[in-house]
Amino acid sequence: MNLDLTDDQAAVADLFSTFFARESPSQVVRAAEATGFAPKLWTRLGETGALTMAMAGGGAGLFELVLCAEAGGRHLAPVPFVEHVVATRALEGAGVVLDDEIVTLALRGDGRLVPAGAIASAVVARVGDELVVARGAVPDAPVPNTAALPLADRSLADAEVVGDGARHDHALDEWRLLTAAALVGLCDAALDLGVAYVRERHQFGVPIGSFQAIQHGLAELPGPLSGARLLVRRAAWRFDDGDRSRFAIDASMAFLFATDLARTLTGRVLHHHGGYGVMEEHDIQLHYRRARGWPAQLGDPAVELSRLATLLEAAR
Amino acid sequence: MDFRDDPSTKAFRDEVRAVIAAHLTPEVHDRVTRTGTHHDWALHRALAARGWVAAALPEELGGQGRSADELAALFRELELSGSPYDGMANTMMIAFILGHVGTPWQKEHVLAPLLAGEAIPCLGYSEPESGSDVAAAATSAVRDGDGWVITGQKMFTSLAEEATWAFLLTRTNADVPKHRGLTFFLVRLDDPNIEIQPVRTLSGKRTNITFYDGVRVGDEWRVGEVDGGWQVMLVALAFERGVAGGVSDITALYDAAVEELAASTDPSVRARLARVAIDKEVADLLGMRAAWAATSGIPQQEGAEAKLFGTEAYGRAAAALLDALGPEGLRIGGVLKHAYRYAPILTTAGGTSEIQKNLIAERTLGLPRAPR
Repeated sequence: MNLDLTDDQAAVADLFSTFFARESPSQVVRAAEATGFAPKLWTRLGETGALTMAMAGGGAGLFELVLCAEAGGRHLAPVPFVEHVVATRALEGAGVVLDDEIVTLALRGDGRLVPAGAIASAVVARVGDELVVARGAVPDAPVPNTAALPLADRSLADAEVVGDGARHDHALDEWRLLTAAALVGLCDAALDLGVAYVRERHQFGVPIGSFQAIQHGLAELPGPLSGARLLVRRAAWRFDDGDRSRFAIDASMAFLFATDLARTLTGRVLHHHGGYGVMEEHDIQLHYRRARGWPAQLGDPAVELSRLATLLEAAR
Repeated sequence: MDFRDDPSTKAFRDEVRAVIAAHLTPEVHDRVTRTGTHHDWALHRALAARGWVAAALPEELGGQGRSADELAALFRELELSGSPYDGMANTMMIAFILGHVGTPWQKEHVLAPLLAGEAIPCLGYSEPESGSDVAAAATSAVRDGDGWVITGQKMFTSLAEEATWAFLLTRTNADVPKHRGLTFFLVRLDDPNIEIQPVRTLSGKRTNITFYDGVRVGDEWRVGEVDGGWQVMLVALAFERGVAGGVSDITALYDAAVEELAASTDPSVRARLARVAIDKEVADLLGMRAAWAATSGIPQQEGAEAKLFGTEAYGRAAAALLDALGPEGLRIGGVLKHAYRYAPILTTAGGTSEIQKNLIAERTLGLPRAPR
């Protein structure tokens, strides 16, 4: 057992932490609220090699994607990293290489509220039993939404069949895992905001962080946060290590646990900001909205939990 | 990262399983259930015969110096199998303390029989007026010639009915801040001035209140320095940190729930099982992390975070699974029904959830110490 990152993994984590801290500060996130997309950040991210590192010959695996997704999530990076890499990996598996700048993954077969649908020229989807690529018109603007995501309804009609629909199922599992990783990063940042705020905010003549009621609300969070990170990393590690039999279960667990945690954690930290928490100028509302928005793209978590129950029953 | 057991841990785990399997019979379970005494001499001696009482003690102090993940594996297997191992846990703790701070006389007269599996100790920390505030212990030890006279009352002295000694936290100085006036003693429980009063608890476990009415002990029974009891307590904490108690219980509960409820097609029951399945994975991972932290450096709050999550998740699971049984859940017997009665012990024993949160708030989050 070794629960530390290897030197190589730590270097990757460092690279992306530094990158997103520099390239995706709060101003960039706020400037992209209307479009859900920061084009310059996307270009620079491409220059780091992040988008192709886990493709054939890239030398990296799901584990490195998870590290990048967590770092991006920490800085609420308004780029379709998760969708693009899982969609292009699915296509690569089917022997298809596209030169589109942005490829995305439709999570459902109806083409409604496609993640990155407002910015991706190619949409990878499952229609019936087939993996397809749809190239319908890209709308001018996203559907206005709570999480400032570049969502759009896209037509999946006349899509080109490129492979077996099962590849899409696997791509969805990768989407679940990388979204969970991004949520871990988001939670990490939100908890830091909360701790900084309660140390600095004084009421009754003392920092509110010295009150047990506040301390205990926050003290419940680091354990589950570490737990979520470990669930994510173990899932990716097992997959890269060649043990893929549990991947659907691992990804679903990581997704559900991170989804729950993100809702609890951002809600609590926002609450500890008092009235300031609901003012747009305080950053915590950015995290609070995305904490629900990112996982909600897939659907109701209760449905996901029921799906996990089915997977667990099948594995018994 | 690498989430696999090391080969040495795996081999050790297999060995522990084999010893448990050879000794944990239905008769043992029946007797433990009937008496509430969570100790079995045959199992204990089998564990001691392998040298595992001293598993945690460094080799230079006569122990096995096993890694934190081996220790975690030992306790995990004991927990998962439902072994009555409270005596083993007490013994390992006191062996660890005596190995570090015991006198040659104590090593000969107490540590040796502990290591041999011939005797077990019980722990005397809590009192009627001091639980979480353990340093407020009021049981007094007063000098009397070459020795001491001990008077007071201890709560939750579990296994006093089987133990040879109580490891007592006493007050030797009331004129200094409370942490600086404490001293530890070992006292023989067959002393005529000690009374053991049994207490049955919600889960069926037996514990005791023990009364000390002018118990005379020689100075050779003092462990650590006079007024140095808190330093001894820190040695005990070093032992506990890497081995977060109660993190495997949720796995045992989940396994039982699968057996009892897997046939259910009720969506809400299936969802509850899936929820517990996730929490059990997280508890496992946090337990591994605590062990890893203890292996690779000085553990900070990883143990507290694992204990808080694992035991609170157990309580949630116990309640949700009991609900799933409907009125049948009222019957006595079976792991799921018992879990509801057992859950409150987990979030209290070994440091309440609130104490864990205080530690996490101060050490993980760096928040100012709350007034207390």
